[in-house]
Amino acid sequence: MSRNDQWETVIGLEVHAQLKTATKLFCSCSTRFGEAPNSNTCPVCSGYPGVLPVLNGSAVEYALRAALALGCEIPPMSRFARKNYFYPDLPKGYQISQYELPLAVHGHLEIPSGDGTKRVGITRVHMEEDAGKLVHAEGASSLVDLNRAGTPLVEIVSEPDIRSAAEAADYVRTLRSILTYAEVCDGNMAEGSLRCDANVSVRPRGSTTFGTRAEIKNMNSFKFIEKAINYEIERQIELIEDGGKVVQETRLFDSRTGRTESMRSKEEAHDYRYFPEPDLPPLVLTPARVAEVRASLPELPDARRKRFADDLGLPTYDARVLTETRELADYFEDVVKAGAAPKAASNWVMGEVLRGLKGEAPAPSDLKWPPRYVADLIAMVEAGTISGSVAKTVIAEGLESGQAPAEIVKAKGLSQISDDSALFAEVDAVIAANPGEVEKYRAGKEALLGFFVGQVMKRTGGKANPKRLNEIVRDKLKAP
Amino acid sequence: MTATDALWKLSLAEVARRIRAKDVSAEEATRACLARVAAVEARVHSFIHLDGEAAISAARAIDARLATGDEVGPLAGVPIALKDVLAAEGTATTCGSKILEPFVSPYDATCVARLKRAGAVSLGKLNMDEFAMGSTTEHSAFGPTRNPWSLDHVPGGSSGGSAAAVAAGECFATLGSDTGGSIRQPASFCGVVGIKPTYGRVSRFGLVAFASSLDQIGPLARSVEDTALMLEVIAGHDPRDATSLDVPTARWTDEVGKGVKGLRLGIPKEAFGEGLDPEVGAAVRASIERLAGEGAEIVDVELPHTPYAVATYYVLAPAEASSNLARYDGVRYGLRAGQDGSLVDMYKRTRSAGFGDEVKRRILIGTYVLSAGYYDAYYRKAQQVRTLVRRDYEKAFERCDALVMPVAPEPPFKIGEATGDPLRLYLSDVLTIGVNLAGLPGISVPCGASKAGLPIGLQIVGPPLREDTLFRVAGAWEGVSGWKNRVAPLDGSSAGGAA
Repeated sequence: MSRNDQWETVIGLEVHAQLKTATKLFCSCSTRFGEAPNSNTCPVCSGYPGVLPVLNGSAVEYALRAALALGCEIPPMSRFARKNYFYPDLPKGYQISQYELPLAVHGHLEIPSGDGTKRVGITRVHMEEDAGKLVHAEGASSLVDLNRAGTPLVEIVSEPDIRSAAEAADYVRTLRSILTYAEVCDGNMAEGSLRCDANVSVRPRGSTTFGTRAEIKNMNSFKFIEKAINYEIERQIELIEDGGKVVQETRLFDSRTGRTESMRSKEEAHDYRYFPEPDLPPLVLTPARVAEVRASLPELPDARRKRFADDLGLPTYDARVLTETRELADYFEDVVKAGAAPKAASNWVMGEVLRGLKGEAPAPSDLKWPPRYVADLIAMVEAGTISGSVAKTVIAEGLESGQAPAEIVKAKGLSQISDDSALFAEVDAVIAANPGEVEKYRAGKEALLGFFVGQVMKRTGGKANPKRLNEIVRDKLKAP
Repeated sequence: MTATDALWKLSLAEVARRIRAKDVSAEEATRACLARVAAVEARVHSFIHLDGEAAISAARAIDARLATGDEVGPLAGVPIALKDVLAAEGTATTCGSKILEPFVSPYDATCVARLKRAGAVSLGKLNMDEFAMGSTTEHSAFGPTRNPWSLDHVPGGSSGGSAAAVAAGECFATLGSDTGGSIRQPASFCGVVGIKPTYGRVSRFGLVAFASSLDQIGPLARSVEDTALMLEVIAGHDPRDATSLDVPTARWTDEVGKGVKGLRLGIPKEAFGEGLDPEVGAAVRASIERLAGEGAEIVDVELPHTPYAVATYYVLAPAEASSNLARYDGVRYGLRAGQDGSLVDMYKRTRSAGFGDEVKRRILIGTYVLSAGYYDAYYRKAQQVRTLVRRDYEKAFERCDALVMPVAPEPPFKIGEATGDPLRLYLSDVLTIGVNLAGLPGISVPCGASKAGLPIGLQIVGPPLREDTLFRVAGAWEGVSGWKNRVAPLDGSSAGGAA
């Protein structure tokens, strides 16, 4: 019996998503990333004596969009609370968060599972402010950068419904997709706009009680989420099988070693001394306000995937890949709107366009080639103006230069040669140059047809219309 | 005595009138106050920072505007001073604490900005119990303030500097802050008028927080009218304070002369119980009778949860304080004690050296009552009792327009008398604390003096946002009491002299 049959993994995730508001949660400082240290700060977000927080209305709207996109219920009233602890990147000595009464509860999302999906519950979604950052300088000193302090976040807490590291990564991928569709978070894990902590435990398969969990922090890519959780599962199983016990603790993932290391035990855990934030009145959201925000949500990935499959007839796999980000789905739909057949559009977008995105343009909006050009290119292939392989050259060129496909084809002389007289001349030249092969062909070795076609293609740079070329070669070889 | 020398004795309303009429200049008024400060400050010690030069240049700027016929505000050229818990741009804001001794505020509190816009001239920052924790102004890192009526007595606190400066004639009005009585009790001890407005009436933006759900800024002055004039300037909604109330302000000065005819005044029986000093009780009862004589109807009311108010307050206020004072960690501003060792060492050294005993005591209490396992027994329970206290007042106000009672159960303590007995001091807040717990407006007006010549105060408490009623009752009492515009002589004679 393998370990997987004996042990079941239980995972719950806490995801922090930075809301992409222009200003911070409680002051009017900019949230721009990558500015000079402490340039986006003021007395409020630096925790000066006497300052007070004022709630950013657009952050509430973004958080509400996120919660509604995750199918949450919105209680009529939520409340901010102070989470107290000392750290130099936390200027007030407390973080303004939500505790007893969060913004939203009881949501869910669907992660891919085989050909279908699996539902993962969302316990709660609450708003909070981010802390600043410590920059470790030379020697023993550290410097504090408060640019990020006060940036609005939502914390999204899942139910312990996740059963493997791969599911955990799928959950975060799905969540990121929903949040970017809802336009509340840019989803950039490398810059920390989306951060994930995992509560991991194992239990004997069939058991209904939870094992002791460890919280894993510092996983800043999908790859690391899977690696860290898989390492942690193995660690816990080995520990138990060797007669040990898992202790409740916080563990840090080290991406260099691929291991998780103990950061602090339960005994060392902070007592955050939460209490209601007296500087902010309760946040009251009327049903009308909630309805207004709900109505403003765009079509979400689930619905779009379904529509791509059902209405456009795309395979499930295509629909899933194309809807992963809203921008890619928009790009694909624009190709279809410009006249391309859905399946052809899907093939080109998932193939050549996605390949182009791996380079310097991480998002479809950064591409120099508009969707219309992809549709034009598909039309040119279908009309026989260029071959499929030339089309690949054209799109690679176009993604670099931004030139329209017709321009590239014209400038590089890539149009197919369908003019018989031009092809006659090329075929004659090949026949004249290869008398031995001609003799063998005529003696019955017809497989050599491909050799002659290939030689002509070589001489024309692939531009010969392959169908016509075949006919001409066959004709010419027939006649002595 | 020259005319200029006597200027400091005028009422705020009168000096403002004369400056606007150009009978005296703002500079003359400022110099008169600075001269009075020079004469008495060594004995009273109201100020932590005095900036005479800045005051004179601000006064000259007002005079220049008056000369060109510019529109000036209602307080144009009037010398005032600020409790050192209020942020004022470019000036030290210490809160009476060593931990903020090196700190200079980069911005103005909303009330400070409003005073500046109204033309007031600030002489500087006033002494206080450290972080407003205390009721004697002995818990200041910069030495105690003395009661101008009797220098071996405390001025009350925590706004002791604010009350003493006005009583001593050092300026015409001051701002204080009141979390559990810190405006009303020192006003009472120093024989001046002080109002704690409804919670949310005055913006707290720029008020260094002690207990955010209880703190409120208010003015102190030598008359009810002057106090009303100050409140008219500083009150009003502020988008930078989410707890500030978006309600209209009023011409409270118009209420002062309206009289009490037709008003029902409630006398809470719990305010006249055990522990009330007989002289205080007698003075307050006499003023209630006098108000009845002026046409007020007197009704008996009950505030049955009063005995629990002190305990409730001393859970909630320290809880909030423990969190509010966490930012003084030596990282960004203020004191940092030493660079050696770990981060935790730096925190410990800085906070050990920077905070005084009373502040440490309250941080410890507050941290304890919020801790896991104790939160429900203390903090949550106290919040529930707070609701009961608030309901007491709501019920009482079904039967009356305002409550009348003492401010403090005892006359001023001697300096050093009670510092070793924090519990006695906490219990002396019993009559003021409920008003903060319920978020109500309360005013203290002088109502007499003890045989020893120490001032006694009368407290009037109203329903939320009924400052108008407070000014009516306080104005009516002041009109018949003879206790108006008194300045402590500080001429070496014993206490009790009237101007």
